[in-house]
Amino acid sequence: MTVDAAPDPFVVAGTELGSRLLLGTGGMTSPESLGRALVASGTVLATVALRRVDPSTRHSLVDLLEGLGIRILPNTAGCFTAAEAVLTARLAREAFATDWVKLEVIGDDRTLLPDPIELVDAAEQLVDDGFTVLPYCGDDPVVARRLEQVGCAAVMPLGSPIGSGLGIRNPHNIELIVEQAGVPVVLDAGIGTASDACLAMELGCSAVLVASAVTLAEDPELMAGAMREAVRAGRAARRAGRISRRFVAQASSSFEGLVGR
Amino acid sequence: MTHGPHRRVVVTVNGEAYEAVPGATVADLVAAWCRSPKGVAVAVDGTVVPRSEWDATSMAPGSTVEVVTAAAGG
Repeated sequence: MTVDAAPDPFVVAGTELGSRLLLGTGGMTSPESLGRALVASGTVLATVALRRVDPSTRHSLVDLLEGLGIRILPNTAGCFTAAEAVLTARLAREAFATDWVKLEVIGDDRTLLPDPIELVDAAEQLVDDGFTVLPYCGDDPVVARRLEQVGCAAVMPLGSPIGSGLGIRNPHNIELIVEQAGVPVVLDAGIGTASDACLAMELGCSAVLVASAVTLAEDPELMAGAMREAVRAGRAARRAGRISRRFVAQASSSFEGLVGR
Repeated sequence: MTHGPHRRVVVTVNGEAYEAVPGATVADLVAAWCRSPKGVAVAVDGTVVPRSEWDATSMAPGSTVEVVTAAAGG
């Protein structure tokens, strides 16, 4: 049910996406439960990784996503250099016939934090090669601006490290990134539960990407639905305009006509 | 049946030694390794071979080939 009927399209590189929730596909126990979570999330864009063919695998992730009408967003997860990420993106373009890529260039295998120097380098090369680049980046407003300057179609700052479920550790930086950005800001990584996704939207993000919080939840399908509602609620709250914070109370009932005075 | 050393086409596919038939193309390799060519991409010696060139690209001995597809991932 939608109370607010005003159009509020989410557009990336000229393409309108019908959902502000992007889903990662990693970590699920079975293709069936992944399928149910994808449907419950309402997503129209899901990330996949690119890996060596395993001849023993029977199910096809591509067929699953295609069957659900969900667009594939290939990622470059696991790449540590610009060169690896560029080759992976080119393979993904060939495999899935899409020039969209979630660009990840990791700088540290314990925290999985992005390497900003390799990231900007890879982003520039891929933009020059005609890709629509959605880079996973730190919550550094300067790096986000650099990525936009080299032509990225969105920026995807982390809330906290991948898979940590620690939520948004620096909301102020996310607000700074949103405030300066001329492209959509997608909160990527660190979401632990629905309130984190809601907060991301309240801070002004255009969308949220969630993976582990859904796929590793006890009930992924139920969590996917919760995320969907959280993203909607957060977006509506952002558009509605929250009240400013006050140090002390402000009565919401008038004192006029008070009994006995 | 004898094979001179020049007749053998041994390539490395996804890190494993693989003997292809002489004259084998990238398309043949994909057919041998994949259930379906859908969602598959191939790089030979670090360069992507576009799908449109699979039939016309034969495997040179000693090539390093990566055959990749979608895997679950964030």
